[in-house]
Amino acid sequence: MSSKKTLFDKVWDAHVVRKIENGPDVLFIDRHLVHEVTSPVAFLGLKNRKSKVLYPDRTFATADHNTPTRNQHLPVKDPLSANQLKALEQNAAEHGIPYWGLGHEKNGIVHVIGPENGITLPGATIVCGDSHTSTHGAFGAIAFGIGTSEVEMVLSSQCIMQPKAKKMRITIDGSLNKAVTPKDVALYIISQLSTSGATGYFVEYAGEVFRNMSMEGRMTVCNLSIEMGARGGMIAPDEKTFAYIKGREYTPKGAAWDTAMEYWKTLRTDDDAVFDKEVVFNGTEIEPMITYGTNPGMGIGISLGIPKAEALEGGVATYKKSLEYMNFHEGDAMLGKKIDFVFLGSCTNGRIEDFRAFAEIVKGRKKADHVTAWLVPGSHRVEEAIKEEGILDILEEAGFELREPGCSACLAMNDDKIPAGKYAVSTSNRNFEGRQGPGARTLLASPLVAAAAAVTGKVTDPRELLQLEIA
Amino acid sequence: MAYDKFNVLTSTAVPLPIENVDTDQIIPARFLKATERTGFGDNLFRDWRYHPDNSPKEHFVLNNPIYSGKILVGGKNFGSGSSREHAAWAIYDYGFRCVVSSFFADIFRNNCLNIGVLPVQVSAAFLQKIFEAIEASPKAQITVDLPSQTITINDTGASESFEINDYKKDNMLNGYDDIDYLLSMKGEIENFAKDMPL
Repeated sequence: MSSKKTLFDKVWDAHVVRKIENGPDVLFIDRHLVHEVTSPVAFLGLKNRKSKVLYPDRTFATADHNTPTRNQHLPVKDPLSANQLKALEQNAAEHGIPYWGLGHEKNGIVHVIGPENGITLPGATIVCGDSHTSTHGAFGAIAFGIGTSEVEMVLSSQCIMQPKAKKMRITIDGSLNKAVTPKDVALYIISQLSTSGATGYFVEYAGEVFRNMSMEGRMTVCNLSIEMGARGGMIAPDEKTFAYIKGREYTPKGAAWDTAMEYWKTLRTDDDAVFDKEVVFNGTEIEPMITYGTNPGMGIGISLGIPKAEALEGGVATYKKSLEYMNFHEGDAMLGKKIDFVFLGSCTNGRIEDFRAFAEIVKGRKKADHVTAWLVPGSHRVEEAIKEEGILDILEEAGFELREPGCSACLAMNDDKIPAGKYAVSTSNRNFEGRQGPGARTLLASPLVAAAAAVTGKVTDPRELLQLEIA
Repeated sequence: MAYDKFNVLTSTAVPLPIENVDTDQIIPARFLKATERTGFGDNLFRDWRYHPDNSPKEHFVLNNPIYSGKILVGGKNFGSGSSREHAAWAIYDYGFRCVVSSFFADIFRNNCLNIGVLPVQVSAAFLQKIFEAIEASPKAQITVDLPSQTITINDTGASESFEINDYKKDNMLNGYDDIDYLLSMKGEIENFAKDMPL
């Protein structure tokens, strides 16, 4: 057994308060993100035990899941949503937790504002009652989603109890082809591993493809780790990471920064460290991806046809049920399928780079008449950048409007619901039945593919519009 | 919140032989707006169970009166997707105390253990046997024995052991929860925290 450690080992082991024999580790949590939907019952539990939040300064609260993306200055109409927002505001005030509610300049999707404000740091343990907490792994943090009982644990003790996950490394070398984005890389991996292929594992992404990615791109990849079942995903911090976080509000300053940097530079997998599973892909083989079914593993290269059931290993009945829901057929080509809605946003693809990519395609073109497009920035900061960079002008010129930040149609807890039977090309993370509204049919894709669909009204290869040669 | 103790459960079971049942199916997001943890059972599998006009979908297993019981048996990769503990609450609130599958998503499994619903992972072959037993007789009794970590199809005597770590097993048997444990070691945590930069 090698004494060499992986990145995951180093961060996990540094946070173990107590090891329980034949049981979980008690893991210290550096930073805890809280939102309105998965926290009220946890605060209620705290109240029932007459307990309080142990470290309010390690806890941050925002409103994002159920919030409207229009008229945020007005009272929230849905009484149940309003009640949850009020509960979070009161709980935050009672326990001295910073709360960035609707209208606050720092408000936005929890996984977008964490990095923006420097809450997300290399080597930290970060949790939130949301499965896409894996996003923060892009900075070399151990970050994962937890349930409400665990939210209560962290509020009251700053710890959770979990067995250490197994370790998987996914290495992708080779240069990505043009118009292949981090979203395509993630959808490709999930299509190869399936939605349960990494269950029980914590993933480290390694290789040229991830080294070359921007921080935003790394966030997109780590965000989708949960969609292959992984507890989380992480990427070793490097100069790009340090440059991104430096000077942000909650990052260390002065001497503390220097001390932190010394430590952060040790956060890489030792050369001889052993993983429980190693997976290798070739980056040059990935093309723009799109999903055709009802889980994120049902993705294919956009130029391909829907696989035949007989090509699958088992699960034929479930597969057929899925295609029936989508009203697609085995062997169908995806290109040319008519679509009704486009959703650009979410913790997966709601950052500035995603809006830049979308704008690159729609610039000088017009939104297809029959398409309804919801463009939802991940935060107010993203919204500001869209305006400052002139992207808003491009979008408006092409017939699009920008909404206010929030999770929006990704999970359709607010009014942004795709109607039953309609097709939406979405940059979000889940194409589950009804995820974007009862009966809604979701095609997951990158911002480039979403933009191509928005201007043509059908599934279109973005390389065609960018006048790139299709390999 | 401490929960019910779990020891030996003998019950009929409800079969759901679908793979990759995600937590959005178990409880759709639009029903996550409560600020208390009760009442979610009404919306368990909402969109598989009811038409948009709220009339029941006859063919869905929860609407078929010949199936009932405290054990839910699902296909491979049960509980994938969102971390919403509401999925486990809905299953509990409906009346289930145990979920059986050949594979569980991690967060869902944890959530179940944290609220006193026992996730029992069996082999694909044994899962098939359970589905066959229920198909042959919806009144087939299944026994889940936590102390001995075995699950048995009573009619045939077919049995398999399942995994659970000693700590969680003790919690389930006694109705303890992790928060009690963590609060009991608060001093140790506070000491540890002193060395952890903010």
